[in-house]
Amino acid sequence: MLEFPTWKKVWLWGLTLVVAAAALPSLFAVSGLPWPSAIPNPQVSLGLDLAGGSHILLEADEKQVGQQRLENMEESVRARLRQAEPRIRIGDISSAGGRLSFMLKDPSQVDAAREEILPLTTGAGLTGQRDWDIRVEDGNRFILTPTSEGLEQAVSQAMDSAIEVVRKRIDALGTREPTIIRQGQNRIVVQVPGLDDPQALKDLLGQTAKLEFKMVDDSAAPNDVAQGIVPPGDEIVPYADPQSAPAGVPAIAVKRLGGIKGDQLTDARQSFEQQTNSPVVTITFNQQGGAKFAKLTSENVNKRFAIILDGKVLSAPSINEPILGGSAQISGSFTVQSATQLAIALRSGALPVDLTVVEERTVGPDLGADSIRKGLVAMGIGTGLVVLLMVAVYGRFGIYATCALVFNVLMILGIMAVMGTTLTLPGIAGFVLTIGAAVDANVLIYERMREERKKGRRVIAAVENGYKEASRAIYDANITNFIAGILLFAFGSGPVRGFAVVLIIGLFTSVFTGVTLTRMWVADWLRRKRPTELNV
Amino acid sequence: MQLLKLVPDNTNIHFLRWRVPFYVVSIILIAASWGLVLTKGLNYGIDFAGGQEIEATFTKSAEAPVAELREDVAKLGYGDPVIQRFGDANSVSIRTKLPEEAEGNAGMAEAISNKIIAAIRADHPDVRIDSVSTVSGKVSGEFREMAIYALGAAMLAISIYIWVRFEWQFGVGGLFALFHDVSLTLGMFALFQMEFGLQIIAAILAIIGYSLNDTIVVYDRIREDLKKFRKMPLPELLDMSVNETLARTVMTSATLLLALIPLLLFGPESLFGLTAAIVMGIFVGTYSSIYMAAPILIWLGVSGDSFVPTESAVERQERLARERGTKS
Repeated sequence: MLEFPTWKKVWLWGLTLVVAAAALPSLFAVSGLPWPSAIPNPQVSLGLDLAGGSHILLEADEKQVGQQRLENMEESVRARLRQAEPRIRIGDISSAGGRLSFMLKDPSQVDAAREEILPLTTGAGLTGQRDWDIRVEDGNRFILTPTSEGLEQAVSQAMDSAIEVVRKRIDALGTREPTIIRQGQNRIVVQVPGLDDPQALKDLLGQTAKLEFKMVDDSAAPNDVAQGIVPPGDEIVPYADPQSAPAGVPAIAVKRLGGIKGDQLTDARQSFEQQTNSPVVTITFNQQGGAKFAKLTSENVNKRFAIILDGKVLSAPSINEPILGGSAQISGSFTVQSATQLAIALRSGALPVDLTVVEERTVGPDLGADSIRKGLVAMGIGTGLVVLLMVAVYGRFGIYATCALVFNVLMILGIMAVMGTTLTLPGIAGFVLTIGAAVDANVLIYERMREERKKGRRVIAAVENGYKEASRAIYDANITNFIAGILLFAFGSGPVRGFAVVLIIGLFTSVFTGVTLTRMWVADWLRRKRPTELNV
Repeated sequence: MQLLKLVPDNTNIHFLRWRVPFYVVSIILIAASWGLVLTKGLNYGIDFAGGQEIEATFTKSAEAPVAELREDVAKLGYGDPVIQRFGDANSVSIRTKLPEEAEGNAGMAEAISNKIIAAIRADHPDVRIDSVSTVSGKVSGEFREMAIYALGAAMLAISIYIWVRFEWQFGVGGLFALFHDVSLTLGMFALFQMEFGLQIIAAILAIIGYSLNDTIVVYDRIREDLKKFRKMPLPELLDMSVNETLARTVMTSATLLLALIPLLLFGPESLFGLTAAIVMGIFVGTYSSIYMAAPILIWLGVSGDSFVPTESAVERQERLARERGTKS
């Protein structure tokens, strides 16, 4: 147990010093000293609760993805059957209950219709996965039901593109180092350090920015619209700003189909309307979008179309002449700020699904700095007291334990820096707890040495037995702590996880420094001094 | 150099003589803790109750105007806020419930916190907003569920480990000691109505780990002594084991407390609850490893035979059969 050949000593010292050295850049950063740029500087990153910043948990509405898919399917089926040769006429389309059902006018076309629809129902991937089940009832009614795999994949795709959109929007704000991660099936975690105005970020993320242009149904009676009676083929859309609605009706009837989406843009900018000088957003379509927009406006001159953002009407201007230039102005009751925000949102694309904030934590930078300072002071006092007690009770061996403790703290920091883990506020408590608990291994060993001496064993045998007999309990105790730590990590969110990380890393380094390193030092001392008395 | 001794050599305290009264007291305390938790309830923070919390410091005031704040916020009509002093005298935390409509409507939660902040700022221009947190009812429900799973799983997993490493009686004893520690910690939080959130669950999990340290050290010694002194009556043997490990128990609790108490006194306010829970856990954990975990072994019938080395299950059966044979 006490044999330490040179190769082993070199190896142990090397490991200790290398890992401990990895803590230095972080310590330099805390004390404000410059770190030579030629040397790599892995640093412990600070959690938002220490550095200040915003943590926002967004949740997507999965049902909405399903609904959207259903609508797209309806459009595709209509288009496909209309273009079929000979044309297949259908009626009684309904998308209620999460499935699409429609009837063929001519039941003899069942096979032809199935042939046409089939390509729409398989996934785009190579796996040949079926996204929709087709069923025919009563000879001529088609029912398309989404499969759960297809739906899951659609949600997953929607989340991937939502993350992309979120990233673009945050980048547009010019913030540094945002973290954007998918969490679980339908959530996104956004962490942005050191933000001056978290409000702007949240407003931006809360906006779906789904822009649509739909034709206004001027034949609908305003009274019906006001009462919520929907004319056939229409939908009723409320005004975003009820005060801008004409004739005191806060909603407008628009044609459900035949509109275009405003997602094919190359640019969107805030600008001013020339006559009234009120803020507007100028959008520029890409070629395809421009063509669609030109077609819509040429076919509907002198009619009104509604500009709809996220299901609310911004304005409903008349089309005075076809708009062929590929750009358009969106007016509404904007302020400069809200117009700028909409421009950013439109530039980064619409979110494929609405996101709502389900958890938000914002910490100001002052509080975090205060926490670090107080945490360091408390840690310093605590460490000092532990060291005093250890040296007073165990003398020389207490000094060994102290050195082990210092290396322990450095190694934890070093490992955290290299692994790129985050130090959070509870993580500071984890450090303090580890400092208090790490010496337990030494206490167990030294008390055992005392006992062995009392039983009359010689010095070397007492030391050897102390390490041997105590290691069993140290081993068991650390494993149970490890179990608790793993559960803490698995269960914890953000800050609590930081606590678990420090505790778990601390378990390994405590055993290494408290048992292995001190044994090497004690063995060295025994060999050099050959003491006949053991003062523990 | 004369070294300090926290515990004199060769103590011989009859810890287990009073095991029955101590057990009765402990069970009463456990029951009282649960009674408090059920009647008085835990003061859930927004992690578990959902809602909004604003932490603010009044930089130019000696003391936070708590009464005025209460009025300011109550006037806005979001129910009565919970306003607590938070660390320094000029810092407060303001907790409000979110109206049901705000569920899944982020804009509304937003608007509420903005209104509250604006109302405070209007009356007290020196206010500095330190943090704003919003947790929706859905997320807080998930947190509650996860917390219960984590605590249950930790207690069970650790007990199973002890059972595997020792004997089933030790596993039961360890579980019972843990149940005691967790119950009393919860009881303290119910009694003092300290805010109970995710950090406290983290603290309890840490307590589960560390209080078991003590139990394991005592159990390890009991196992060792059981093998050595197979004829010694169990209460006497347990007393001996506890006395032998007493110096270590006291010393380790002392180092933990020395490290943690400065954190309690001088550390960041946000860590007060977590640290208080762990400090409490060290006291009850040390007590429970002596008075909960050890005596239960007597009642569950541990004996020197529990650890006859190199005896497999088959051999054990055979031996037991032999012994039954010789008796009859």
